[in-house]
Amino acid sequence: MAITTRVVDRPTDQSSYVRATFQGLALTFKHLVDPHKVTVQYPEEKWDIGPRWRGTHRMLTTEDGKAKCVACGLCPTVCPANCIKLVPGEDEQGNRYPVVFDIDEFRCIFCGYCQEVCPEEAIHLGRHYENAEYERKDFVYDLKRLTSQTHPVCEMWDPADPKGE
Amino acid sequence: MTHLMALLLQVADPQLPPSAGMFILFGAIKAGVAFGIYMLCVAYTTLLERWLAAWIQDRLGPNRAGPKGILQPIADGIKNFMKEETLPAAASKTLFVLAPAIAFIPAMLTWAVIPFAAPLPIPGVGLVSMAVADLPIGFLFTLAVGSLGVYGITIAGWSSNNKYALLGAMRASAQMISYEIAMGMSTVCVLLLAGNVNLNEIVAQQQGQGWNVVMLTLAFFIFAVSALAETNRVPFDLPESESELVAGYHAEYSSMRYSMFPLAEYANIITSSGLMVTLFFGGWDIPFTQWDNMAPWSVAKTLLTLGAYFAKVFFFVFSFIWIRWTVPRFRYDQLMALGWKVLLPMALLYITTVASLVLALDAAGLGRTSYGFRGAFLAMNVVFVILVFWILDRGRTISPSYSRVTKERIARLQTGAQRSDLLNEKGA
Repeated sequence: MAITTRVVDRPTDQSSYVRATFQGLALTFKHLVDPHKVTVQYPEEKWDIGPRWRGTHRMLTTEDGKAKCVACGLCPTVCPANCIKLVPGEDEQGNRYPVVFDIDEFRCIFCGYCQEVCPEEAIHLGRHYENAEYERKDFVYDLKRLTSQTHPVCEMWDPADPKGE
Repeated sequence: MTHLMALLLQVADPQLPPSAGMFILFGAIKAGVAFGIYMLCVAYTTLLERWLAAWIQDRLGPNRAGPKGILQPIADGIKNFMKEETLPAAASKTLFVLAPAIAFIPAMLTWAVIPFAAPLPIPGVGLVSMAVADLPIGFLFTLAVGSLGVYGITIAGWSSNNKYALLGAMRASAQMISYEIAMGMSTVCVLLLAGNVNLNEIVAQQQGQGWNVVMLTLAFFIFAVSALAETNRVPFDLPESESELVAGYHAEYSSMRYSMFPLAEYANIITSSGLMVTLFFGGWDIPFTQWDNMAPWSVAKTLLTLGAYFAKVFFFVFSFIWIRWTVPRFRYDQLMALGWKVLLPMALLYITTVASLVLALDAAGLGRTSYGFRGAFLAMNVVFVILVFWILDRGRTISPSYSRVTKERIARLQTGAQRSDLLNEKGA
């Protein structure tokens, strides 16, 4: 939108305070008796958050309850905040799995690159915002916590319009 | 013996004033009850302010403590008592601790002389006046004590040893002294009509003559504006003005000591409203009827007049809060100009006119309650109100900052704006 300058045509003489005050009083009184209020009664009532909301992470799991992650190392590489700690491991069949997968939610900037880059669609950002803790160390989410969280995950893009057109 | 007889007669008849002993006893009881109710009202005015503020801003306001938030003042009180009290190292300790009390007490003291209901007859005691102290010089007492409130604020600001607090205190003293004069002048008209400074007599005069707001609208207007300034409410809250002075005179205060200042403000609002009602809106008079103003007195009359008084005071407390959440703060020079250049001359002119009119009508032999007297006053009032509001509406009172911008500069700005509109809308 183009920026335009508008000079309001105010009187250059002195102006009336009395009339403006009464107009203002009428306006505030209208709002006073208006039953429509904008307050959301938070703990009882919650806002709908958008499908693209980027909140605290979730690690999706396979049917047998294991993390989908194959420890490829893409997410710690792409992470601009350097908040993902990944130690890869390999089982007897040669399947790679994460031995340690910690996300420091304090460092995280919720950019969503980890979800975007993940080839297995394992790590996701969550549609979730109630993440208070009593201690700082509880903000480092380990693999157990990431897999056990159940909140809905973020849709990084609209499936009907993947290119954002 | 005759004394004893008189005493017995007094004790037997509840329509006569009580004896000395009973007077003291009931004075103490009245003081206790009035104090309790008054403090409760002050506490709940804080809640009322928060509710009205919220509703005006399309919010819900406090609704968590108790049903509908009705216990919020108690929660606030507990919170404030629990908080740490800080004492600035460089503060003048005695005055710093004393100032909140000095700010709070005058507001309560003023309340002591305001009559709030018809006298209550108590069998075996006599007729108890429904004012904590029915002083013969009641009105002068309110003037004397009312102006003490500024000491609390000034001392608070000065003893804090803080630049902003001191600035707030300086503004408070300048403002309150300026508006005190206009306020006192505006009430002189009421005294001229009543011919008495006893507040009960002023109420009685209005019951006979009609409410003073009808006869002396302009005096009421000046009084109301000055009362806003006296209580440091928006648009006159320059002593506090949080956007320029952090918190003004109470910047250094915390916990309950801080809390005393807002409480003093609310106490002042209630007292000013009470005074306004007593001086201009007939006190505890129930409008359009006469039965409530005359003997024989009864408990029902006392309760009804108390209700009427409470309703009127509530209306003004509501108005104070309503105005606060509507108008912005004045600039300091505007505040001083309004006080000294508008309200004071207006009040002086008004006193002169009212005094001349009273003198003329008395000389013409018209009784104070006659239709001639009231009609003349009403006519004078209508002329004055129309004249004053016409002048005020022409805007010669409060200059906005943009009035200093010359016409040439505005024209230049407007051509510039037109050019930018052309560039952005048609050119692009």
